[in-house]
Amino acid sequence: MVNETATAGEVRVVRLRVNGELRSALAPVHATLLEVLREQLGLTGTKHGCELGECGACTVLVDGRPQLSCLALPVQVEGREITTIEGMAVGPDLHPLQRSFVETGAVQCGYCTPGMLLTAAALLEEQPHPSRAEVEAALAGNLCRCTGYVKIVDAVLLAADRAGTGRMPDGPVDGAGA
Amino acid sequence: MPGGGGELQVVGRPLPKVDAVAKVTGRTVYADDVVLPRTLHCKLLRSPHPHARVLAIDADGARRLPGVHAVITGADLPVAYGILPVTQDEHALEPSKVRFVGDPVAAVAAVDEETAQAALDHIVVEYEVLGPVMSIEAALRAPVDEPIQDYGGPANIHKLVGLEFGDVDEGFARAEVVREDLFFYEGNTHLPIEQHASTAAAVDGRVTLWSSTQTPHYVHRALSRVLGLPMAQIRVIATPHGGGFGGKSDPFAHEIVVCKLAMMTGRPVRCTLTREEVFYAHRGRHPVLMSVRLGATRDGAITALHMRTALDGGAYGSYGVASTFYTGALQTTTYAIPAYRFEGCRVFTNKAPCGPKRGHGTPQPRFALELALDKLAEDLGMDPVSLRQRNFTRPFTRTVNWLRITSCGLEECTRRVVEASSYHTRPRRPGHGMGFAVSSYLSGAGTAIYWNRMPHSECQVTIDRGGVTVFSGATDIGQGSDSVLATIVAEELGLQPGAIRLVTADTDLTPVDLGSYSSRVTFMAGNAVLQAARRARALLVEAVAAAMGCAPQEVVVAQGRVGDRSFEAAAALAEERLGVVSASGSYTPPDLTGPYKGAGVGPSPAYSYSAAVVEVEADPRTGVVAVQRVWLAHDVGRAINPQLVVGQVEGGVYMALGEALLEEQVYRKGLHKWPSMLEYKSLTALDMPPIETFLVETLDPEGPYGAKEAGQGPLLPVVPALASAVHDALGVWVDEVPVTPEKVLRALTDRARGGAGRVGPRTFPAIPYPACIKVAPPDAATATV
Amino acid sequence: MLRLPRFSYRRPASAREAAAMVAEDPEQTLLLAGGTDLLPKLKRRQLAARVLVDVRHLAELAGIRPGPAGAVEVGGGVTLAAAAGDRTLVGALPGYATAAGQVSSPPLREAGTIGGNLCVDTRCNYYDMGEEWRRAIGYCLKKDGVQCLVAPGSSRCWAVSSSDTAPMAIALQGVVVLVGPDGERELPVADLYRDDGIDYLAKRPHEVVARLRLPAPPGRRSAYVKLRRRGSIDFPIAGAAVALDLDGPAIVSARIVLSAVGSSPVEAVAAEAFLTGRRWDEETVLEGARLAAGPAKPLDNADGSHFWRKRMVRVVVEQALRAAAPVPAVSVAGTAGAT
Ligand SMILES: Cc1cc2nc3c(=O)[nH]c(=O)nc-3n(C[C@H](O)[C@H](O)[C@H](O)COP(=O)(O)OP(=O)(O)OC[C@H]3O[C@@H](n4cnc5c(N)ncnc54)[C@H](O)[C@@H]3O)c2cc1C
Ligand code: SF4
Ligand code: FES
Ligand code: FES
Repeated sequence: MVNETATAGEVRVVRLRVNGELRSALAPVHATLLEVLREQLGLTGTKHGCELGECGACTVLVDGRPQLSCLALPVQVEGREITTIEGMAVGPDLHPLQRSFVETGAVQCGYCTPGMLLTAAALLEEQPHPSRAEVEAALAGNLCRCTGYVKIVDAVLLAADRAGTGRMPDGPVDGAGA
Repeated sequence: MPGGGGELQVVGRPLPKVDAVAKVTGRTVYADDVVLPRTLHCKLLRSPHPHARVLAIDADGARRLPGVHAVITGADLPVAYGILPVTQDEHALEPSKVRFVGDPVAAVAAVDEETAQAALDHIVVEYEVLGPVMSIEAALRAPVDEPIQDYGGPANIHKLVGLEFGDVDEGFARAEVVREDLFFYEGNTHLPIEQHASTAAAVDGRVTLWSSTQTPHYVHRALSRVLGLPMAQIRVIATPHGGGFGGKSDPFAHEIVVCKLAMMTGRPVRCTLTREEVFYAHRGRHPVLMSVRLGATRDGAITALHMRTALDGGAYGSYGVASTFYTGALQTTTYAIPAYRFEGCRVFTNKAPCGPKRGHGTPQPRFALELALDKLAEDLGMDPVSLRQRNFTRPFTRTVNWLRITSCGLEECTRRVVEASSYHTRPRRPGHGMGFAVSSYLSGAGTAIYWNRMPHSECQVTIDRGGVTVFSGATDIGQGSDSVLATIVAEELGLQPGAIRLVTADTDLTPVDLGSYSSRVTFMAGNAVLQAARRARALLVEAVAAAMGCAPQEVVVAQGRVGDRSFEAAAALAEERLGVVSASGSYTPPDLTGPYKGAGVGPSPAYSYSAAVVEVEADPRTGVVAVQRVWLAHDVGRAINPQLVVGQVEGGVYMALGEALLEEQVYRKGLHKWPSMLEYKSLTALDMPPIETFLVETLDPEGPYGAKEAGQGPLLPVVPALASAVHDALGVWVDEVPVTPEKVLRALTDRARGGAGRVGPRTFPAIPYPACIKVAPPDAATATV
Repeated sequence: MLRLPRFSYRRPASAREAAAMVAEDPEQTLLLAGGTDLLPKLKRRQLAARVLVDVRHLAELAGIRPGPAGAVEVGGGVTLAAAAGDRTLVGALPGYATAAGQVSSPPLREAGTIGGNLCVDTRCNYYDMGEEWRRAIGYCLKKDGVQCLVAPGSSRCWAVSSSDTAPMAIALQGVVVLVGPDGERELPVADLYRDDGIDYLAKRPHEVVARLRLPAPPGRRSAYVKLRRRGSIDFPIAGAAVALDLDGPAIVSARIVLSAVGSSPVEAVAAEAFLTGRRWDEETVLEGARLAAGPAKPLDNADGSHFWRKRMVRVVVEQALRAAAPVPAVSVAGTAGAT
């Protein structure tokens, strides 16, 4: 007979504040934050490309700072505010960075995009008017294979510029389908 | 013209991608995000030996483990497959022999990934280790134990090609300058950020596979063959892609295995490769050793070219036969070479199999040819740009190897980058340099992977009171093909792309499309949806014209209106008359193959053109090459969405710089030296120079709205332009990719010691190329088209 | 998805308790801080542990504050990002802030700590690979094997010390405060390392790096230059940490410590001796860099060929010396730099 509870190890209830909601999950302590977000909480917007800290695809925000969820243990971030890509838009309204990514063509395959967006959000929080070089430095832990980074950096600068001048377009993004 | 003769409404506008909002909000469901209830997890056991016979496999220990539902080996999947009909040399699980470290031999389905992984340790495989073959030279020698594959030969040679177009000996005899140069292009890999992933479910004799594949149709065929099920009982859904670049174009072991395990267990089964396994799946750029012999007159007219290539194919065929031909096919699409001999050879080695990566088989010879031309220019005391211009292929001609050229923006691309970069007035100081190169690429291969007379792209457009839906088998791998298809249909129907619903890449729902490879989607699927959309529009127009009592030509379709009414009203009217308004479209490329065996590789209905200037600062003390700026002009025919095209150019330049400077898939002690994202160096945001892109529009007569490809071509000229810039800066030649600091220093040392100031291969091995098939070039009558 | 092996997790209330927890079963227990070195190594089964003892949350390991005699004390649990951006460090010990800011990538620096960086495992590209890969190539001395794959004749392991901050801490004559189950002791950072790729730390396994004390006498200059092939993510493949005290044009003391050229940070003793007492000028800098590069013997077990890395040591030392203090231009015309 097949035993369906093959996985043991130390299991605990972790209570995480994710995107403003208090979520709890019963998880082995050796499951990373990445695994718990994707597999237990259904937040598959967080991507992964190596699980070893080498690509940045799994970046989430912990208390507003970018961290690699593949190298974080949920028990270590209990009580802290976790933001994933699913928490960036407010309801149906895109975050200014999400909007500028869409408009500038900063998204190709989109696999690096969640990590890029969250990292960029943390940067603009700390430095609302970054130079091109500062944006590149901030995103340097997030690999992208599609864009050559050009339009990603453009998009971050566009969002910063709009925030600075208060020129924020509203309404649906021109031409983009849902 | 669409829109009743007006200006184009949405084609040519930099509109956001139709799938971008889903991607920025984390809502796109990629293959690894597919979650089905009761899913089991699969892990593959892979060979630790580069070359060994599999004598016995004992999986009982694994089967007894709690949580393990099934263990399979080669005996369970005995049917061989392979992407090309001529090389059906792969097994999902190798039953009798492993050919590289990472070759799968067994698979486990278990209740979770941890259990499946642990079970692998309980499978005992008895191997008889065989001598490994780890280089082109070794593959040409008689094998120590036995050849890697049981076909091909002599030794470990997989494929030999010899073709001669025109009288090459005469061409060299006529030449006033002849030179021969050797080059080497190291292998490298796609490294998509998304690791390959698949989930399969089997219900009532039907199997469904969700997979990150670029070629659902070819996977569909392979599954049918290996699983022994009719295609009608298999459904392949290509999920949105986290990056492909050619690396997800073969049917893969894990895709077949999850289907088999799902059938055996009655539960969904998923498998996501680890990054290390992605390096083993590979199918990336072939390492290629090349010899280029060029003859020219004193004033720079090329009289003959003799090109020899030797490809390190890795352990299996994959696309290798095509790759081999591609190393010889496209030299003539940029230069009007009157006499051309091509000898190609692909060998098997005990490495992960090579295949198609962005530019498939052509970046290597392009690197060699462009550098050889630079050297020839130096011999002739000519400006390298003028030398090339002297020989540029002209639009609407046929090349010596029978390729039909239609639109050709080489001159314009060259002018744009040379002017913008001030190439001719660049500052001349040690350490600073610029390099120039051009290239060309296919807008879709002219022939399918398996021979047939059916269309390459088929689609359907339906309109009813609920709106417009496009059904297309094309796969958006991030390049934005869904957006292009939506744009074309929107243009024809006077709507916005966002109003078009797309159903793509699902073999149950969408007609056949050969897939996202060879830069074919915009051109071929684009032409197919264009046809379908025009047919659907005609039905709407007819209905409205009847209601308006006017001739159909008088009905204007634009800006959400059809004649005197809204699009919705027109759709309802047409639906009253016809029921569902449904139109199909398809595209079959014209038969352009030349009159010789091997002519199937190279023809394309249209070729894109690119020109690049790369500017570097190269430090003679450290050998470090810092790219300052890249100018790239690309003849895309027509930019259906310029933002997407520029994105493809930037991505292509990025990937080219990675290959040119540091990416290498290399082996040591019989295995991949560093199957890790940390050690396999992929450029970060801090390593990218500014890129200036110029789009050149030549409006190709056969492309949709005149469009040609953009996904692969722009990579090609950047690699040679970089090596050329290093020569311009330091006066040394690095005739080898990647151009590492160490090689630059070695070349400088070579020069300091009185050598030629060069690093690169010094000898070309003796290869038993067959006698060349002599092909008469197209005569004067067919030479212009 | 590459997953962690099973372990249990303990959260001590003090560094002392943490040390005691490790001391209970030192073979099977590891201290965990940011986890950026430990967790990848556990995933690749390079390390094994039944228990992880977390120290990152400990108040004793937090904060950057003034220490005795004008020194700066950096808590072992301070993140690399916090250290890199700290005003005091950037002002008084810029080389240290630079070194912390050059570790890996921005998100990794948000988790990785100063204590973890001082204790980071040595590296070798025959060792820093997955379990299956290491099994295929044949395990090496450092874990589960009997021979070194880089230097097969050798009885020792040559894995490379790859910390960016350790050489800088040594150059600055830093001292670590180590906490054991029974109390604290201090150890110069220079004595924290052993020239052995396996047993690379001289501290007891259970001892917690609670603080790093960095003397910061007025006028001390410092700089760190790191060699790597990409602008981010990569470990150093050579590096130079320089601390310098000048009295006008005279060099009072110079300390140069190299990263990633041996199994421990390598102090360039000959160069230091040469520089001390000399005039800070172009000629001295060039000769100092030449001498510093002498002892570096990179092996073929890190990125980049060892030929190139060896050659680059001199370049990074020279760059670090120049970054530490402006070098007066030579009076005679001529360019430095070309070899
Ligand atoms: C992709 C990648 C790139 C990297 N690049 C660099 C780089 O460029 N330069 C570099 O220096 N490092 C690099 N690292 C290694 C590592 O991230 C850093 O060294 C980091 O500072 C380690 O700190 P941590 O807190 O995460 O340590 P942990 O992983 O938690 O621990 C590392 C080791 O130190 C021990 N330890 C941790 N804290 C203490 C303490 N307070 N007292 C005693 N022992 C302790 C642990 O037991 C373990 O043995 C890289 C890692 C990755 C994955
Ligand atoms: S230096 Fe030798 S023993 Fe040490 S990790 Fe590398 S191969 Fe193993
Ligand atoms: S998945 Fe976390 S860094 Fe790659
Ligand atoms: S958009 Fe594909 S990896 Fe960045």
